[in-house]
Amino acid sequence: MAQSATGGKPVRDVGALRRLLTRPELAAVAGSILVFAFFAVVAGDYGFLTTAGAASYLEVAAQLGIVAVPVALLMIAGEFDLSVGSMVGAAGMIIAISVSEYGLPLLVGVLLAFAVALVVGFLNGYLVIKTGLPSFIVTLGMLFALRGLTIGFARLLTGRTQIGLGDSGSGVMQTLFAGSIGDFPVSIIWWFALAVLGTYVLQRTVFGNWIFGAGGDANAARNVGVPVSRVKITLFMCTAASAALLATIQVLDAGSADVLRGTLLELQAIAAAVIGGVLLTGGYGSVIGALFGALIFGMVQQGIFFTGVSTDWFQVFVGVMLLIAVMFNNVIRRRAAEAR
Amino acid sequence: MADRRFSRRDFLKAGGVGIAGATLFGVAGCGEEQGGGQGGGPEGLMPRGDIRIVMVTHGTAADPFWSVVKTGTDQAASDMGVTVDYRAPERFNVVDIQRNMDAAIASQPSGIAMTIVDPDALAGSAREAANEGIPVVVLNTGQPLWEEVGAITYVGQTEFDAGLEAGKRMAEEGVQNALCVNQEQGNVALEERCAGFTEGLGGNVRELAVQGVDPTAAENSIKTALRNDPDLDGMLTLGPQGALPALQALESGGNEDLMFATFDLAPQVLNAVRDGKILFAIDQQQFLQGYLPVVFLTTYAQYGVTPVNEVATGPRFVTQNEAEDVIELTKQGVR
Repeated sequence: MAQSATGGKPVRDVGALRRLLTRPELAAVAGSILVFAFFAVVAGDYGFLTTAGAASYLEVAAQLGIVAVPVALLMIAGEFDLSVGSMVGAAGMIIAISVSEYGLPLLVGVLLAFAVALVVGFLNGYLVIKTGLPSFIVTLGMLFALRGLTIGFARLLTGRTQIGLGDSGSGVMQTLFAGSIGDFPVSIIWWFALAVLGTYVLQRTVFGNWIFGAGGDANAARNVGVPVSRVKITLFMCTAASAALLATIQVLDAGSADVLRGTLLELQAIAAAVIGGVLLTGGYGSVIGALFGALIFGMVQQGIFFTGVSTDWFQVFVGVMLLIAVMFNNVIRRRAAEAR
Repeated sequence: MADRRFSRRDFLKAGGVGIAGATLFGVAGCGEEQGGGQGGGPEGLMPRGDIRIVMVTHGTAADPFWSVVKTGTDQAASDMGVTVDYRAPERFNVVDIQRNMDAAIASQPSGIAMTIVDPDALAGSAREAANEGIPVVVLNTGQPLWEEVGAITYVGQTEFDAGLEAGKRMAEEGVQNALCVNQEQGNVALEERCAGFTEGLGGNVRELAVQGVDPTAAENSIKTALRNDPDLDGMLTLGPQGALPALQALESGGNEDLMFATFDLAPQVLNAVRDGKILFAIDQQQFLQGYLPVVFLTTYAQYGVTPVNEVATGPRFVTQNEAEDVIELTKQGVR
């Protein structure tokens, strides 16, 4: 199968159905259907089934998914990036400050944010490789440091922590990042496009095989010539860049940046990837799974607002629904594995 | 544990006396060259340059509201020519605030400005400071307690009354069914605002909790709530993190006649007030909550004078006709 790092080994011919059943994302697809069915029954009369309702949870899912896709790839390669949430706050602030305080064109602000993100991502990867420390710790440090730098610089340069973008009627950028097609915001297209790209890279390219190799057994992979360091550093840069993309979308859509944006996003992205069948230990998983993981998260998160239940119970609801979704996933996965 | 604490504090007290003595000698010794601190006016009991004020609050630097308070504090420090140490935990945590208070008291400053965000945990610290002879000014939260703990004054607004006034104003506009959007559930001040609003409006108020740090989720939550309840004719948000997503939600549909008002200012909030999209924004003029305690503690340390009552900085209602002026000031981080 395309997932094995060595590849080339002839595989016993298996039926199409069986191959489908053993895909890592199958459970997440089933989980999505379960969650959708739940809300269709409970909140169907309250607009959950309308296009506007769909746009509501799809937008939330899309924004999470944009980050969850590269985070899933990085996790398959065996590393965590806990700094993506802070990166969203930082990138958003860079864009807003360059545009509204320094009068730079929006495009320059966005490019600047991406440049900083790539540097941060490189630094994350470089530190993980050089120090040999778990990426969990290295990027946890970055989570704090980056958030602190964002707050510190925002206060230093503007005296504020929430900055409006002003009237940056830059048409192309607005359409590209914050436009909408009918009821649906373009972030959904970004989400799908990234998922398709991620899937292609993972399943159809050498780099994809390297990712599985780096996450499965880094030493063995090195021995067969996989440039593990390069793979991981590249992926760290991808997660940071995806955070910058999300920040661009959010800043243009909301018209403002806030130093606290993206708080807890890192955990949501990891949750989406895990729901989607990515193993916390690395070496296994799929990007399509992460896409559906984000979809589950979006539906669960927004669903309660359709049910009319008091929002005091919001977090209980999200937590319980996620646990149910993951347990359901596990059952499906085990069934599929037994059926093998 | 308690013993060690006492001995340390006693030691510091002794040190404080020593320092005070040395200062007196120093002042006597070089009387010719001193002209007080940088600040003008008579020196009184101590020069301004020697005054050190510690501000211990629950307001993290990342909060747009507290960002303005801190700007006020910094401005006062430079205007008065005194030193101010601002201490706040990076995440809301009463235990950390208590520790900050312990450290502040131990450092024997000329005055302490503090918020009593949790009376059970912090009223004791405030009393301790007062007992040590350190003048205390309470700001922002703790209004019912300031006299009891021995503080010299209180600077701030009462959240419940501010909510009450907002509710009355909305009722005057004919609002009967309103949504109260809470962007940070668990924050007592925000709950007070909602409770006051409910009482002031006298009609139906539904609370909606949203995620302040995720504007997209908040916007969609508000959109859904508005869509599902067409009877809603009013909405109150409790801060910019709720107000901005609410504006977006209203722009993409919703009841045309809905009356929308919010607590606290931000540039986009004021733009919306100017354009008539927001009925009013409640300003508690928190710049003064940072500025005035420093001034009061300075005049108290120098001359022993202080206001005899609490100082109310809000609620002030910013409406369409004055929004334009306030916009410039928000950009500078002072409102």
